[in-house]
Amino acid sequence: MFSFESFLDLPLVWYSLIGTAIFLYILLDGFDLGVGILFPFAPSDPCRDRMMNSIAPFWDGNETWLVLGGGGLFAAFPLAYAILMPAFYIPIILMLLGLIFRGVAFEFRFKATGKSRRIWDYSFHFGSLMATFMQGMVLGTFVNGIAVDGRNFGGGAFDWLNAFSAMTGVALVTGYALLGATWTIMKTEGDTQAWARKCASYVLIYVALFMGLVSLTMPLMNSDIKELWFSLPNFYFLQPMPILSVVFFVMLWRDLRTEREYRPFFLTLGIFLMNYIGIGISTWPWLVPFKLTLWDVAAAPESQSLLLLGTVFLLPCILAYTGYCFWVFRGKASHEHDPAY
Amino acid sequence: MFSDLDPVFLARVQFAFTVAYHITFPAFTIGLASWLAVVEWRWLKTGNPLYEQIYRMWVKIFAVTFGMGVVSGVVLSYQFGTNWSVFADKVGNVLGPLLGYEVLTAFFLEASFLGIMLFGWNRVSRKMHFAATVIVAAGTLISAFWILSANSWMHTPAGFREGVDGLLYPTDWIQVIFNPSFPYRLVHMVTAAYLTTAFVVGGIGGYYLWRGLYVKHARIMLGMAMIMAIFVAPLQLLFGDLHGLNTLKHQPAKVAAMEGLWETEKGAGLRLFAWPDQIEERNHFEITIPKLSSLILTHDLDGEVKGLKSWARIDRPPVWVVFWAFRLMVGLGMLMIATGLMALVLHFKKQLFTTRWFHLWCVAMTPAGFVAVVSGWFVTEVGRQPFIVFNVLRTSDTISPVAAGPIAISLAAFVVTYGLVFTAGAYYILKLIGKGPETTEEDTYGSHGVKQPPLVTDLAAGRGGNDV
Repeated sequence: MFSFESFLDLPLVWYSLIGTAIFLYILLDGFDLGVGILFPFAPSDPCRDRMMNSIAPFWDGNETWLVLGGGGLFAAFPLAYAILMPAFYIPIILMLLGLIFRGVAFEFRFKATGKSRRIWDYSFHFGSLMATFMQGMVLGTFVNGIAVDGRNFGGGAFDWLNAFSAMTGVALVTGYALLGATWTIMKTEGDTQAWARKCASYVLIYVALFMGLVSLTMPLMNSDIKELWFSLPNFYFLQPMPILSVVFFVMLWRDLRTEREYRPFFLTLGIFLMNYIGIGISTWPWLVPFKLTLWDVAAAPESQSLLLLGTVFLLPCILAYTGYCFWVFRGKASHEHDPAY
Repeated sequence: MFSDLDPVFLARVQFAFTVAYHITFPAFTIGLASWLAVVEWRWLKTGNPLYEQIYRMWVKIFAVTFGMGVVSGVVLSYQFGTNWSVFADKVGNVLGPLLGYEVLTAFFLEASFLGIMLFGWNRVSRKMHFAATVIVAAGTLISAFWILSANSWMHTPAGFREGVDGLLYPTDWIQVIFNPSFPYRLVHMVTAAYLTTAFVVGGIGGYYLWRGLYVKHARIMLGMAMIMAIFVAPLQLLFGDLHGLNTLKHQPAKVAAMEGLWETEKGAGLRLFAWPDQIEERNHFEITIPKLSSLILTHDLDGEVKGLKSWARIDRPPVWVVFWAFRLMVGLGMLMIATGLMALVLHFKKQLFTTRWFHLWCVAMTPAGFVAVVSGWFVTEVGRQPFIVFNVLRTSDTISPVAAGPIAISLAAFVVTYGLVFTAGAYYILKLIGKGPETTEEDTYGSHGVKQPPLVTDLAAGRGGNDV
């Protein structure tokens, strides 16, 4: 049995890999869930068709990162998976149901005619909304800490339901809506683009508000997090994160008032990255906060090694062909459903 | 309100429901992806526009089915944790990497190139489009490889040790991946998927012929489907038999349940009909063909087959389900073989495309593959009970610390959601079938079945050019 244990901190490598996978999921499915959140507010049906077409070739690949997040957690940190899934039982199920309703809408919507198309419009919207809100609640529950009993989840079925997690739920909805709006700016033109620009400007205000709220409440609720961020010299080292966030916000605010089409989306990615790193720092090194560290829940070194061996080759390939697919469907989306059909 | 319900049973029902629902989609898309690759290859090779039109019709059906497969599959990757967290904890070291490899080698490949397959017509060359179809088809097969390897390991675990902490640790990856039942299960399942697709395609072709619609397309569909029925359905009988012998070696209790055999017998008969009674440990209303069971299982008329009473009551699988699911699967397999034989006879009589009752028969056989696949899974999975990892972990010891209430409610939510989604999906697929392939006027020209006049090909190429 081979193992890279002797020269690699395997749990740390896997923590970074899964962290990256989850972040890619948030970015990629974030923009298509965001499009779903904004969907019913679009000014016209052709607008909606364009928005749908702009994400139709990608949503399936985007959602695969969620499967990698779940599958990867199971493979590399089975104990964390075994504790967190029962802890998030209800929100996870609701998220999955939401994803089902939005996922099938892609195909069904274009097959439906007349009034029944409206059903799938709403299925797409409410599915996206539900999935996003539940992901936000899961995040809130996670950073709040998980009750553990031996090798099992030790809390109740409704531990995830509280004001803080509801707030992170709404915060994520606004965040994904911003991603969706800036994506729409990038992938459409004319009316749709102008509308998306306006949307993004409004949503941006809420995103800033909720980011501020979450950043304030987290250290207030947890003294360790407060200690981490506000003690010296940490305070100085961690400054780049909030400063860069503010810079990105200001740039985005100004970009939305210009003709720029691409930069708003990438600035939004930047804002997400800063937040993500911030949450990573706050919960470090816990994988089941604040009970078990990433080393406590790691799979056997030989298991982590086997999967790592393949990942080293496969992940670059996946990124390459994912990039290729985005390149094939570059440019603006049309409102027709695949004209070649 | 749920306090008298057994969470283990509810969790089992939920998993059985979600996985049985999910498996119908891959069972269809594995075969359909490969078939579409063949159809597109025929199109590129011959330039015959019929193949293109068939492809374009079926790729839409593929898209609907694949979408439902994806969303119902995401559920499964989380269900190991939500309902079976102790299982996830104990076997994570062994099965985790296998599932990880499935995501990395198959899911991304399928999901990414599906976009090109569905929407890439005007954005990539024909060759690249064909490559995308082949890659998606390969992805479905790679996915089957890993998930069946993981599943087989639960039936015939190998290459592991039990740690002092009660967790399982891998000792030999090759033994884990290529565990004893894996090769048989993989071949049996992939063949089942191909046959499922063949009977769907054949059923739709038969429907068109019966109605006299899209006759030229329908001949290709029915013809290709019957090639599978003639050659592959009998092979499946052989594969199934080999798989059964492998099960006899590693999980004899499952075979005893399949056979409805309570006592250990020499020269055991084959029970054609019986009503197994788990409590009284016997069958009611038996109809038996003497010695046949021994002959099939031991290749000896007087060979000994172990009966269920050789195992303690708590180690026996639920007999009724296994017994009847097995008969349903085998019965449908026999009907598939019979369909192939009928097609062969009609082909030599040159009546395959004109015999109306046969077309109707093919329509009736459309769901045969799905039912056979699901009942086959019931045989093997219920037959593994009461273990989740055979002879290593009991199902009842691996459930999450979740109360019956949330499991019951989420089960109900899945049933309702899947019911709605399935109904809508089936409706849209039927609509696509009703719409049929998009034909061009040129197609009405041309004689029956013989070579297309070159004019048609030229026109089609020209038409393709205009589309770009």
